[in-house]
Amino acid sequence: MDAKQGKKIDFSPILVPLLSILVALAFGGILIFIQGINPLAAYRVLFTTAFGSFDGIAITLAKATPLILSGLAVAICLRAGLFNIGAQGQLISGALASAWAGYTFVGLPALVHIPLALIFGAFFGALVALVAAVLKAYRGVHEVITTIMLNSIVIALSDYLTSNPFKEPDQPLTRTPKIQESARMPDLLGLPLGFFLAIGLSITLWWIMRNTTTGFSIETIGRNKNAGWYAGISVKKTIMLSMLIGGAVAGVAGAVETLSIIGRFEPAFNAGLGFDGITVALLGRANPLGVIPAAILIGGMRASGSTMQFEVGVAPELVDLLLALILFFVTAPLLAKFFKNRKENVAMTSGWSN
Amino acid sequence: MKLRTSHYLIIAFLAAFTYFYSKDGLVATSVLYTAIQFALPLALAAMVGVMCERTGVVNIGIEGTMLISAFTAFFAGAILKNTVQGMLVGVFTGAMMGLLLALMAVNWKMDQIIAGVILNILAAGVTSFYYRQNYSIPSTLDPIDLPVVGAWPILGPVLSFHGPITYFGIFFILGLWFALYKTSWGLRSRAVGEHPSSADTAGVSVTRLRYLNVTAAGAVGGLAGSYLALEAVGIFERGFTAGKGFTALAIMIFGRWNPLGALAAALFFGLTQAVTNQLMIDEVVEIPPQFINMLPYILTIVVLAISAGKVRPPAAEGIPYEKEKS
Repeated sequence: MDAKQGKKIDFSPILVPLLSILVALAFGGILIFIQGINPLAAYRVLFTTAFGSFDGIAITLAKATPLILSGLAVAICLRAGLFNIGAQGQLISGALASAWAGYTFVGLPALVHIPLALIFGAFFGALVALVAAVLKAYRGVHEVITTIMLNSIVIALSDYLTSNPFKEPDQPLTRTPKIQESARMPDLLGLPLGFFLAIGLSITLWWIMRNTTTGFSIETIGRNKNAGWYAGISVKKTIMLSMLIGGAVAGVAGAVETLSIIGRFEPAFNAGLGFDGITVALLGRANPLGVIPAAILIGGMRASGSTMQFEVGVAPELVDLLLALILFFVTAPLLAKFFKNRKENVAMTSGWSN
Repeated sequence: MKLRTSHYLIIAFLAAFTYFYSKDGLVATSVLYTAIQFALPLALAAMVGVMCERTGVVNIGIEGTMLISAFTAFFAGAILKNTVQGMLVGVFTGAMMGLLLALMAVNWKMDQIIAGVILNILAAGVTSFYYRQNYSIPSTLDPIDLPVVGAWPILGPVLSFHGPITYFGIFFILGLWFALYKTSWGLRSRAVGEHPSSADTAGVSVTRLRYLNVTAAGAVGGLAGSYLALEAVGIFERGFTAGKGFTALAIMIFGRWNPLGALAAALFFGLTQAVTNQLMIDEVVEIPPQFINMLPYILTIVVLAISAGKVRPPAAEGIPYEKEKS
């Protein structure tokens, strides 16, 4: 996708997403206008709140952190030709596991406790993905259905766990106890530590995809399963590996949100982070580095949605609508056709049969 | 005739029903009645999948189609103060969603899975942005008391007194089965789904047939959405299709892309849910409600894990058709 054909540099991987954002904003503007509100005023509030001040940017980056990670979870799987819609469930599983590790272990130093809770998050995120991975690799069950079903199962299960065994004692609310101070992720330079972790993971995965045989196998299987198989790459192993990486990264997304923002697990507090990951991944062209700007943009919109409602009276759900429009324009070949060198659309995912 | 798994299931079902009917006839029939109500939206939604996939287009946007149609059906019904007109708006919305999918999948040759996800996210965005509280429809669609069947013992209370969409839906599914296997439209559709270039050579327009079927399927999805909002509960909530559109895909696969097979699979799902509900009401077993909610999802995964590898999807499914250039 981001191949530089010939001598000229192909700018379309950057221009197409940018243009689709603009067209989506224009469409959204029309919808705001119909409601009798000045769209320019609404957008000004949206963007100055998100990017206009240091505090605003810090909040935006904090919102962007789990989105970078959940976008990464979807993107890595897309590279292998798998569509991981289950980032949401994997994220919730990771969030709950890290919260449990965060409040259960007492007396650990922060240097041990934080990584331990993060590992719990990654492990339980991967565990959810494992179900879909095994069914895909060994039974040929399409990952889209299994991951969506797993989302609902994890949501119900986490709801059960937080209202029964993991419930905060003597409290009416369904939520876990607060995590220990030693598990709380600190800020660094006024920014959440998790943000740097997310950037680090993005760069690491980008490097792995570019420079290692593992990355090469994932890319090859994603482009052409049969060719990869003939070349001696194990399709099953590659499917398992990329799904597990995706699940672990999504689990870390939930863990980071728990350990640095929420401080405990509460059902519905992570709602939508995994689904936004799909938009982030496709907007970032399934590139581990591309998800960073995509997540920052979406994080900014999410962070300032309520301010927009407060100041100009547009419902914050406008952001949902804008994201849907962005996703539509970024994947529809409408805009891409303006750019030369555009090859035929290649299927990123696969049909039911394999 | 060789006994197959399905025969054993039917025998087991009849035996269990006879036993429960002898213990409490009223409860036994009401469980079956509820099973049909649970099954119908799933069966109709599975028909969307059957119609699309038999012509070679994967539709995972059924969930979004149902959600947005339920939304428009409900609010149109509330604003026009007319439930039937609301239903028509819902069906029309579904057809538009189908048309959009056809545009993306057939015309633009987009990745069909991603196209379906776009439908879902679009529907979630639109329905949450435009959702308003304090609206209500004048009444749900009235149930129909079937004239002769209603008086039958046992079967009467099970089959009678469902809403109009339920009866229409069942006839539609039977009709779709007939159309798919006994008419030229069905033969052409299946040919396009299996081997589009041969169908093309035989003079069938692959593009036109795919457009037609995917749009019509969207209308069926709109009907399923309208059923949920106007016949089953009479309300609309954000995200209230709750994954039924995805479960429908599993039902379609379980039913081997055959309308009757999918109907049977949907009834199986509906029965499981109805029985579990009854067990919870009777407090026979103490199951946390979250586990009851989980049941259809777990069942979906189990069903897929079992039937995968044993069933074969239409061969050309998910592949955009490129006319050969000479």
